[in-house]
Amino acid sequence: MPSVIVAEGLTRRFGRFTAVDNVDLEIEQGDIFGFLGPNGSGKTTLIRMLCGLLRPSAGHATVMGRDTYHESELVKRSIGYMSQKFSLYTDLTVTENLLFYARVYGVPRSERTKRLDEVISIVGIGNYRKRLAGELSGGWKQRLALACALVHHPRMMFLDEPTAGIDPVARRDLWNLLFDLAGQGSTFFVTTHYMDEAERCSHVGYIYFSKLIICGTPNELKQLPEVSPGGTIRLEVRCPRLANAMRHLNTFPYVRDATIFADSLHVLADRGGEQRIADDMKQGGFESPEVHPIPPTLEDVFVTLTRSREAARNGA
Amino acid sequence: MFRGLTSIVYKETIHTIRDPRTLFLMLLIPSIQLTLFGYAIDLDIKHIPTAVYNLDGRQPSRDLLDAFQNSGYFDLTHPVFSDASLFQTIVRGDAKVGIKIPPDYTDNLLIGRKTAVQVLIDGSDSSVAMQALNVANAIALRRSLEIVSTAVGVPTLPIEARPRVLFNPDMKTANFMVPGLVGLVMQLVTMILTAFAIVREKENGTLEQLMVTPVSRFGLMVGKLVPFFVIGTIEMCFVLSIMYFLFQVPINGSLGLLAAFSVPFLFTSLGLGLLISTIASTQIQAIQLSFLIVLPSVLLSGFVFPQETMPLPIYIISQGIPLTYYIRILRGIIIRGAGFYDLWMWAATLVGIGVFLLSVSALRFRKTVS
Repeated sequence: MPSVIVAEGLTRRFGRFTAVDNVDLEIEQGDIFGFLGPNGSGKTTLIRMLCGLLRPSAGHATVMGRDTYHESELVKRSIGYMSQKFSLYTDLTVTENLLFYARVYGVPRSERTKRLDEVISIVGIGNYRKRLAGELSGGWKQRLALACALVHHPRMMFLDEPTAGIDPVARRDLWNLLFDLAGQGSTFFVTTHYMDEAERCSHVGYIYFSKLIICGTPNELKQLPEVSPGGTIRLEVRCPRLANAMRHLNTFPYVRDATIFADSLHVLADRGGEQRIADDMKQGGFESPEVHPIPPTLEDVFVTLTRSREAARNGA
Repeated sequence: MFRGLTSIVYKETIHTIRDPRTLFLMLLIPSIQLTLFGYAIDLDIKHIPTAVYNLDGRQPSRDLLDAFQNSGYFDLTHPVFSDASLFQTIVRGDAKVGIKIPPDYTDNLLIGRKTAVQVLIDGSDSSVAMQALNVANAIALRRSLEIVSTAVGVPTLPIEARPRVLFNPDMKTANFMVPGLVGLVMQLVTMILTAFAIVREKENGTLEQLMVTPVSRFGLMVGKLVPFFVIGTIEMCFVLSIMYFLFQVPINGSLGLLAAFSVPFLFTSLGLGLLISTIASTQIQAIQLSFLIVLPSVLLSGFVFPQETMPLPIYIISQGIPLTYYIRILRGIIIRGAGFYDLWMWAATLVGIGVFLLSVSALRFRKTVS
């Protein structure tokens, strides 16, 4: 598959503050690239540079072979962008919003009706054509925003937290839609804070303090040696009174980290700890704990990486 | 350069039609303002409440007081009987002028000696004070001349000035103020509306969405201005009708020329709104910035105070205010019946300011987005 986005040494400084630091990135056609990172780590700045809104301070990026800054007009025509908050015109109807974006993107008059019908059926908003955008519920607003971003048939889509604040059903529907479109050759750059969404992406990148720390498929990331340092093992512990158990576990010398995960505890322990943990728990008054080794989740990956970077920063 | 212009105009038109209440207010507010202010602002100061302390009380003193009363400028409403109460009446604000006639007024007149009538004037309202001072002096002078001419035996005064006030012979304040008001309310409404229209898009995040589309800066800005230009033009017809029919201000010059020269003014007002919108990021900030522009426009544009008497630095500032030129155009055409060649330079100046504002806004626009 050809590369759709290539960034080399992409950097953006605001005064003394470096918002994006020396980012190298390559995204292939048909990828759903999940972009994660804490708030304020530089996600939006990077998207803005890739969309041609912001001039890079150093380095450069191309989208479909066009330089994002010097050829930003060409780039803008071929990308779709859906911003963090709902940013369509609430006093325009669904059709009017779509028609407006079709005109803005220069969809020829003769093709507009066809394109509108197409995107309306893709996102399934046909029953609400005449409804004012402001009167739609959250999930439908999100679909409309996606439809507007799709109306000019972009090959590359940037979605900035597309599922923030919508219900789980609408969220799943939206992701199914993304898979469909990606299957047809569209490429997606999606930022999110949801780990389950990150797990669904074909590729994931993690930005922390302006630096892209890692980038790869979710499976590649889980197998990174950094995530499961030598001599450690990840365990799932099931027992009653999780909160107390977590505090108790953290006092064991061979436990490096313990957190609650739904109805169980995820523990990063020194190798060999798996034999001692059940007994130690029983001694601490926790009855019949079940202990299994597990692979790391993406959340484990990001938390471990963030902690080790934090330690490195504080050390330095 | 104007890529996306028509699509923006399409969208803005829908916005405007969807919101008939705002549209209605936009057209109504200037009319209401003009009507209210037009009636409220009256520089013809007459019937000044006056306190009188007459220590003489004989016929000549009453003749003098009659002269004050008959001038129409003074209403002798408060007879008082001590110096203290004369002063107090003015301090309380019941009277703005106090006249004190000395006990020997008639005696002095009869023996041909100089006599002093004290006129106290409340200086807290300078325009009233100025008027009272001039009229009081004129009345005293006139009485003196009458007495002198009778004594000398010359029945008429040798020299008489015959002033003729051109264009506004009755010195009606409305004729002077209302054309200026037209410019002021037009500027206020068009500027604030434009600023709001763009700042609202910033607040809603739709502006960011627009910036990733291929719409050009000029396409976006001009597209935003077109609907407001249309509304401004309609509004102009409203306020001019009110001026003509309600305040009976005759339009002595060409209506076509007035319309033509109003275009560059509307253009600069919209440009000011645009500039505000590039600075403000919320509608509250936009209002505050508008006031920063409105106040100098009221005070320095020549709307109330003549610019000729301003200190040089203030005068220079006043020459940067678009309303300054439009008021010259309005008063020129409406009151003096001036033609194209009398006023074209002011229209040209407005075009220059408009182009300047639009260019600065365009430059700033790019920065704000970054």
